[in-house]
Amino acid sequence: MNSLVAQYSRPAFRNEGFSEREQDEFSQITPPLSLRFAMPPIANPSSFLRAVTDDHSNPNCPIKLAHGTTTLAFRFQGGIIVATDSRASAGDWIASQTVKKVIEINNCLLGTMAGGAADCQYWLAYLGMQCRLHELRHKRRISVAAASKILSNLVYSYKGMGLSMGTMCAGVTPQEGPALYYIDSDGTRLAGNLFCVGSGQTFAYGVLDAEYHYDLSEEDALELGRRSILAATHRDAFSGGFINLYHVKEDGWVKHGFNDTNPIFWKTKLEKGEFSNVTSELV
Amino acid sequence: MLNANSPLASGPSYSFATPPNQTSTNIKQHSFNPYTDNGGSTLGITGDDFAILAGDTRSTSGYNINTRYAPKVFKIGEDDGTGESAHIVLSVVGFAADGNALKERLNAIVKMYRYQHGKPMSVKACAQRLSTILYGKRFFPYYVHAILGGLDEEGKGALYSYDPVGSYEREQCRAAGAAASLIMPFLDNQVNFKNQYIPGSGEGHALEARKATPLPRAEVEQLVRDAFTSAVERHIEVGDGLQMLVVTKNGIEEIYDPLKKD
Repeated sequence: MNSLVAQYSRPAFRNEGFSEREQDEFSQITPPLSLRFAMPPIANPSSFLRAVTDDHSNPNCPIKLAHGTTTLAFRFQGGIIVATDSRASAGDWIASQTVKKVIEINNCLLGTMAGGAADCQYWLAYLGMQCRLHELRHKRRISVAAASKILSNLVYSYKGMGLSMGTMCAGVTPQEGPALYYIDSDGTRLAGNLFCVGSGQTFAYGVLDAEYHYDLSEEDALELGRRSILAATHRDAFSGGFINLYHVKEDGWVKHGFNDTNPIFWKTKLEKGEFSNVTSELV
Repeated sequence: MLNANSPLASGPSYSFATPPNQTSTNIKQHSFNPYTDNGGSTLGITGDDFAILAGDTRSTSGYNINTRYAPKVFKIGEDDGTGESAHIVLSVVGFAADGNALKERLNAIVKMYRYQHGKPMSVKACAQRLSTILYGKRFFPYYVHAILGGLDEEGKGALYSYDPVGSYEREQCRAAGAAASLIMPFLDNQVNFKNQYIPGSGEGHALEARKATPLPRAEVEQLVRDAFTSAVERHIEVGDGLQMLVVTKNGIEEIYDPLKKD
């Protein structure tokens, strides 16, 4: 009798949860490389890629990718401020002055774009997808630490292939509070209070380090973000265009405008007396 | 020996089909050269209820003109022959073979979408898909600058521009290709009214900037013609013919104007 029952019934829990194969798929974050991406039919793909796309090592390279940036983000008592410029340059050519370098991963996580524009756009969109899947599987929002680690493990698996990205992940979660991570294509992943990334980072650090306090008011923090980017657009030729400002709070991020630098510069100079090195008369 | 593709040994080379490097010790260095620059330029401008994508029809390699009619602007997802159901246009400039391959691939995807879902693909969805197609060849890029045009869900003109590996952005206007650096500044001024101020609105820094407003179709068509006739005057890789595809709610209209053929 027992053997008959065993033969025609199966444990009630068999169809619950995920099968071993499904669990395997979930744990494998990165898809196999060669399946997803077309490769040139040669022995050393990355040196080919460098020859055709890297204008640093080869100024006459045929494919010029968008580069050059100033982005910053810092933690303070009221959340996180994220600010960027909006210029994309390909060699000496300004490819665009209206790039959205703050990438909205979901309604409470932000990423910033420095380095290859396509790399950042694609992989942060991919991260957004992984974060949504995490929410559906675990029935709660992903932590910023976990999200940033998905991205850093991902780019690490492509190390040496020529990806170029310097990104910051900013978000506020109940378990972590305001959290900020820096991730780059070398595989670096750092938690911190304050980061500036891109060709204009040094200029932005100059202003940000001088004025930064954790206890800054919301208004002062937004102004500091704006002023740091302004300094960078003023001294770094590869930065400019518009200032993109975001404030991340616990219940999501708030956008604080996409404003032209030029009027902001003249307002800063004429009303506050800064940039006195620049004359306002045309002489 | 002078190579056929670069008649001036010291002059600028307009092709990447470089011969093997011959060093003094008679060792040849070979390299993988899968790309050629076929020159030409494309341009897209949107208005309130239309989008125009235009391109010249000259195809060059090096200093040679291969043909005077090689279209760079294509309808995407049209029923073969009639072209009635197409509502998206794509322009590709750079390496024509890559451009053609990209067009074929997007075309197949947009058609498959309609057959499977029973409705046409939105321009927004198509724009995102084109980005992932381009990024799929991140490590062996399509050597193209693509521009995608159509009407968005609200019926407003939509234009998306791409870099070779798929970073994209929605814009009002964009020029790409050989004469992009000649055309784009003109567009900034005439479409987005950059550096235009309202006379008498203030003194010095208080002078008010002119706000950009969508232009009517006739005006935009004339801007496109002006941009190309001017580019032809100053760029050797642009000329022969101007092809324009205008997307409106009534479908896609094709306009061809001759350009100088020298």
